[in-house]
Amino acid sequence: MTTVETKISCYHCGNDCADESLVVEDKNFCCNGCKTVYEILQENNLCTYYDLNQNAGVSLKAKNFNGKFDYLKEPSIQTQLLDFQSDTINKVTFHIPAIHCSSCVWLLENFNKILEGVTSARLNFLKKDLSVSYNPTKVSLLEIVELLATLGYEPAINLQSTENQPTKNKVQRRLILQIGVVGFCMGNIMLFSFPDYFKLDLSNVVDATYQKFFLYLNFVLSLPVFFFGASDYLKGAWISMRENLKNSASVLSVDIPIALGISALFIRSSYETFVNHSSGYWDSLAGLVFFLLAGKWVQQVTYNYLSFERNYKSYFPLAVKVIVPHSRGRGVRATGDVYKNIAELQKNDIIEIHHQELIPADAILISGRGLIDYSFVTGESEPVEKEIGDLIYAGGRQLGDNIELAVQKTVSQSYLTELWNNDAFKKEKRIPTTELANAFSKYFTFVTIAIAVFTGIYWQLYQPDLVWTTVTAVLMVACPCALTLSMPFTMNTTMGIFGKNKFYVKNQGVIQLLTEVDEIVFDKTGTLTENKKGEIHYEGEALTIQELEMIWQISEQSLHPMSQMIAQSIRQQTEKRIDKAKITYFNEVKGMGIEGIIDNNFIRIGSRDFIETFRDGSESGQVLVEINHLYKGFFTLKPNYRKNWQSVLLKLRNTFKLSLLSGDNNSEKSTLKPFFELNRLKFNQKPQDKLNFIKYEQEVGNHVLMIGDGLNDAGALRQSNVGIALSEDIQAFSPACDAILDASKFAQLTDFMQFSKIALNIVKASFMLSLVYNFIGLGWAVSGKLSPVMAAIFMPLSSLSVVLFAVGLTYVFAKLKKLI
Amino acid sequence: MGIIIYLVIAALMVAVGFLVAFFWATKDGQFDDTYTPSVRILFDNEKPAQNHTEG
Repeated sequence: MTTVETKISCYHCGNDCADESLVVEDKNFCCNGCKTVYEILQENNLCTYYDLNQNAGVSLKAKNFNGKFDYLKEPSIQTQLLDFQSDTINKVTFHIPAIHCSSCVWLLENFNKILEGVTSARLNFLKKDLSVSYNPTKVSLLEIVELLATLGYEPAINLQSTENQPTKNKVQRRLILQIGVVGFCMGNIMLFSFPDYFKLDLSNVVDATYQKFFLYLNFVLSLPVFFFGASDYLKGAWISMRENLKNSASVLSVDIPIALGISALFIRSSYETFVNHSSGYWDSLAGLVFFLLAGKWVQQVTYNYLSFERNYKSYFPLAVKVIVPHSRGRGVRATGDVYKNIAELQKNDIIEIHHQELIPADAILISGRGLIDYSFVTGESEPVEKEIGDLIYAGGRQLGDNIELAVQKTVSQSYLTELWNNDAFKKEKRIPTTELANAFSKYFTFVTIAIAVFTGIYWQLYQPDLVWTTVTAVLMVACPCALTLSMPFTMNTTMGIFGKNKFYVKNQGVIQLLTEVDEIVFDKTGTLTENKKGEIHYEGEALTIQELEMIWQISEQSLHPMSQMIAQSIRQQTEKRIDKAKITYFNEVKGMGIEGIIDNNFIRIGSRDFIETFRDGSESGQVLVEINHLYKGFFTLKPNYRKNWQSVLLKLRNTFKLSLLSGDNNSEKSTLKPFFELNRLKFNQKPQDKLNFIKYEQEVGNHVLMIGDGLNDAGALRQSNVGIALSEDIQAFSPACDAILDASKFAQLTDFMQFSKIALNIVKASFMLSLVYNFIGLGWAVSGKLSPVMAAIFMPLSSLSVVLFAVGLTYVFAKLKKLI
Repeated sequence: MGIIIYLVIAALMVAVGFLVAFFWATKDGQFDDTYTPSVRILFDNEKPAQNHTEG
């Protein structure tokens, strides 16, 4: 016997190889899939793939997609996927979740060398999108997708793929252009302003010419700054003013004082240039707009690679096989089956579902045996058996053989998907990013205008020629640039710190919403408990080792997941094995239980309908055990709770109202009772019930934070003020939400809640600081001492110092709270 | 001394040229994906056809 085993890892994917039979050119492969990929790559001289990263490949073990993509043959479905279609060139974009390293980029961008007919392939690594152009006369979409899947890069094609995603690019590109143009102008204006600051001698003809030349040049350069760079602020202010005049809004947008300041700078500088022929405030204007745009840029930074907008459409398949009965098919289509986009499914369509496929609509089972895994929808980890004639709800996944179903409701009207027809999904969520600044700006605008008016009146009485200069100076210097910068920079830093701790918020507004929360609603399965299977617990009369052994042997015979789990748990408990006894009789009653005879002991394991000796007092979900016609006890599946869940709840209970909504039965009630008030501990909640509960709480005046994980929480996540999706794999599916929290960081939830409050206080503190700057500036302005040089130095400096203050303080507090 | 004025204008024209290039690049999607090109640049061009040996 050899005790030393040399581990052989697969050349393609790096997994351990079970046997050494798969060897090509002294390279080992763990499975045929990996070997095939290697052979394809070698044939096409693309083995650089393995040089870039060792064992770069995606494991292909147990992958079988024969026929999985057959629906791509259907021209109507192809059309829905293609971005562009013509006789000789088609373009398509795939989302490929498996992309993970530079080798992937290399291989996929060389895809045209592997498959003839593909003209080009471009990859966006962060978004994991592959854009492929191909010649439809030489290669079909199906061949492309199948080869991609063979290589381990299976594209995620689902119902959402057919919807044109809104392109954020246009907005972002415009902002980039604005920053570029304003930055360009700012640099030049600063340069051309220098001569003036060094006191040109205006009595000298040459100097006077230069001075005029630079002035007009600055004016020309500031035109794009004012009309292009600042256009959004001017427009925003105009809209806000108009709405206030129409009384349709009572909030003064922060754009108003900004636009006021920018306009004052522009008009005053133009006046100085053309009437006084003295230097204007051009550099201050350009600098101001540049800083504002930089703040805007920071504000819109998000996690590109995470999706916060997913709904059932990204979970459901794109198409399904519809069986056309031969008698009816005469006129429509000669024979055979068609693939239909599931959105077009009609009542009474007969669909065929394969192993591991999803049931897209509520349907009745008409042939085959259904074993439906609803874990994603309800959180229930046990698959449900269905017989012919049973209604199967959409969202379940078939395990086992092919089944045929008769559709009862269209996809959008099905039990699960109906949730998305709710109002909560129709209106946009309130995003408060600018609200704090807007609230501030209400007073700010009035105070600024009041000061300007008083200054004007004062100088009118004492020195009328100073009225114009002082009033414009007040408006210029009071521009709340620093004020608007502190919010995005603080929140962006906070977002980054949260991201480092695997708490990903959708945008900056979410952090502010977090501070308002006063009630937290939890989902149970997958949120308080782990998503993975729970542990089997036994209750009842103690079993001897021999009895356990027999139960193990019997339950191992059955493929039912519950028996498998019981067998597994017994094997873990009893390490020392007794000799295997012989099973002389075994029988499995579908949906009921199993029975068998070992060593003349008659053992029956099953549901309460199966074990007749003990019917009363047992609950559904329990698996009863009977040995030799005597009831012994039952097995149940106890969920594993997350680490530290109790301390998290205890901490949160001090500051927040806590509620729990579970789609499960109330078997865990006793465990959870100490942490929740009884009327806030609800079981058997349907998705719609969860949504309604949160809606009710909001109507009472609470700000609700919902934490959930599955599709059944989607409605509640959407309705809540802040919806956090807990996820064990960030890249994997999570329902639409405001933030994604990595499950391993669940215990830190309280820290995040606290820190968002700190962040908001930092914003307020930097508001104060910028007010101090404003007072200093106003002092100069009111007394008529604000010169262009002073403005050019003072204004950017105040903005910069406020930004540094906000960002620095955020980091200091993060360090204190041990978040970085 | 008028030469300085011409110089400034010429310099500005050169700079505007680069600004135009920046516009072009942005419109072309240069800033849409800022990560993938950093990976792409590391790839070698075609390798001569040969049997792949352990790398």
